[in-house]
Amino acid sequence: MELTPGLYHMLFLSSALFFIGVYGFFTRRNLVTMLMSIELILNSVNLNFIAFNKYLWPGQLDGLFFTLFIIAIAAAEAAVAIAIIINLYRCHKSVDVEEARNLKY
Amino acid sequence: MMSNMLILMKQELALCLLIFLLLILKLVKDMKNETVLTLTQFLFLFFFILGFIGNETGELFGGMYRQTTSSIVQKNILSLGLYLMPMLFASWMRQHEHLLEFLLLMACVTLGMFLMISSAHMLMFYLSLELSSIPLAALVNFDLRLRKSSEGAMKMILTSAFSSGILLMGISFIYGSTGSLLFDDIAASGKQSGLDIAAFMLFFSAFAFKLSVVPFHFWTADVYEGAPVPVAAFLSVMSKAAMAFVLMNICFLVFPHLFDWWHQVFLILSALTILTGNLFALRQENIKRFLAFSSISQVGFILLAIAANMPSAKASVHFFLLIYLVSNLAAFSVVCLACVHHRKESISDFKGFYKKNPFLSWVMLLALFSLAGIPPLAGFFGKFFLLSAGAGRGDYFFVVFAAINMVVSLYYYVRLARMIFSTEEQPVLSKVFIDPMGKAGLIIMAVAMLILGLTSWVYDYLNV
Repeated sequence: MELTPGLYHMLFLSSALFFIGVYGFFTRRNLVTMLMSIELILNSVNLNFIAFNKYLWPGQLDGLFFTLFIIAIAAAEAAVAIAIIINLYRCHKSVDVEEARNLKY
Repeated sequence: MMSNMLILMKQELALCLLIFLLLILKLVKDMKNETVLTLTQFLFLFFFILGFIGNETGELFGGMYRQTTSSIVQKNILSLGLYLMPMLFASWMRQHEHLLEFLLLMACVTLGMFLMISSAHMLMFYLSLELSSIPLAALVNFDLRLRKSSEGAMKMILTSAFSSGILLMGISFIYGSTGSLLFDDIAASGKQSGLDIAAFMLFFSAFAFKLSVVPFHFWTADVYEGAPVPVAAFLSVMSKAAMAFVLMNICFLVFPHLFDWWHQVFLILSALTILTGNLFALRQENIKRFLAFSSISQVGFILLAIAANMPSAKASVHFFLLIYLVSNLAAFSVVCLACVHHRKESISDFKGFYKKNPFLSWVMLLALFSLAGIPPLAGFFGKFFLLSAGAGRGDYFFVVFAAINMVVSLYYYVRLARMIFSTEEQPVLSKVFIDPMGKAGLIIMAVAMLILGLTSWVYDYLNV
């Protein structure tokens, strides 16, 4: 039996990636790992766009373009986030969110 | 085409020019903060006036950018806010060593908001949303040496990145379901399958993060406390107003076919938001956190009106946000003046504030009463129109619930006012110096809070 990847395989993969990202974002306490989890979420969205574009709407390029823009924006976001994390590291000497507890209810 | 673009996008293009100008100014050595501040004041004033001259409506870039009569009004409200910012917070800005970058980032955020209001395509919308949220995180970190400022910025960037991830998931489902990213095509498809509802739910969660609607409000108070006061004001007024405008436009234009569904969701979330905002505001000791929770509960009222989905709802949201902008900026400005001089942010520090600073106390009183919605002041009329828009759809239970919560909110606003005007104890804060520019701004705010509700032409202008 030959197995060719179809839309459902891609969607399964992308939703798995999405939930791994969400899980990582909520459980990890290291700021850089949290950023990596967000990248996982964004990549799962990229996969989604490409899969929809290829299997459902093959005549267009909208999904592919969207993917390119998401990659670019994710880089910008990571740059600002890392700048902030470095600034935070200068104050705390740590990148653990548990250490950043000055602001609490 | 070219001349068309110059007219339709004039505000965005002017903002781009302004940003370039500020970048070039950065190269000039020995620029005094005072000069920069005066210059940007004039530029922002020209920019504000530009919004009223030669407006036209139309579309650009194959329907990706759309200028409508209501988007013109929304942009004018935001540019009024941008003009007032350097005026009201001059005392803080004058001392900051990186003033130019601050104004530059503020202009970038506003550019993002303007493009977001005019966008008619999901890609355009996503890009402008990011343009209006990434520089904001950098702005929150502007008290570079303060530990809590970077903490607030970290929370802000992580929540905004996470929420934009969720938003993108929603957009990808919409794309899969309808095959187009243009707002008109999505509305025309009129699909109501489970996938569309899931897509809208993800889409709305991202908005709820940015607007701090209740299950997603946890970042708000921390970020406001960590951020410098002007940035907290910018977040609570401009960013919230822009997101509310865009949420309203998108719900009315893109998802009218899911109305039955989001109507219920908005009503329940509005009740939860008002209640939670009020309950937390009751027990806050830090004045910035207090204003954060009061702004959360105000968002609940806006959601109640948006749920009505009627032309009158749109006008009432415009009117309320204009009044909210004026009242909240005035409150934050007084807090800023007090904080800059004394580095104190706790509510109990405002005990007997009236003795030494009568002018500031009166402005603060007007702002608090306007936020609470006490009749002769503008805030009452804003809330009244919001509630009557909600009642127009027949959601009487939620309208009554919101009205009861207005009484609860009165308690904590009056508690702060009583603290300010109490005569028994010795005042904690000594006399605060107010520069002439800030004083002029505060007088404008006070007059606006007194007369905005009573002038019908303002409402007529906003009713488009």
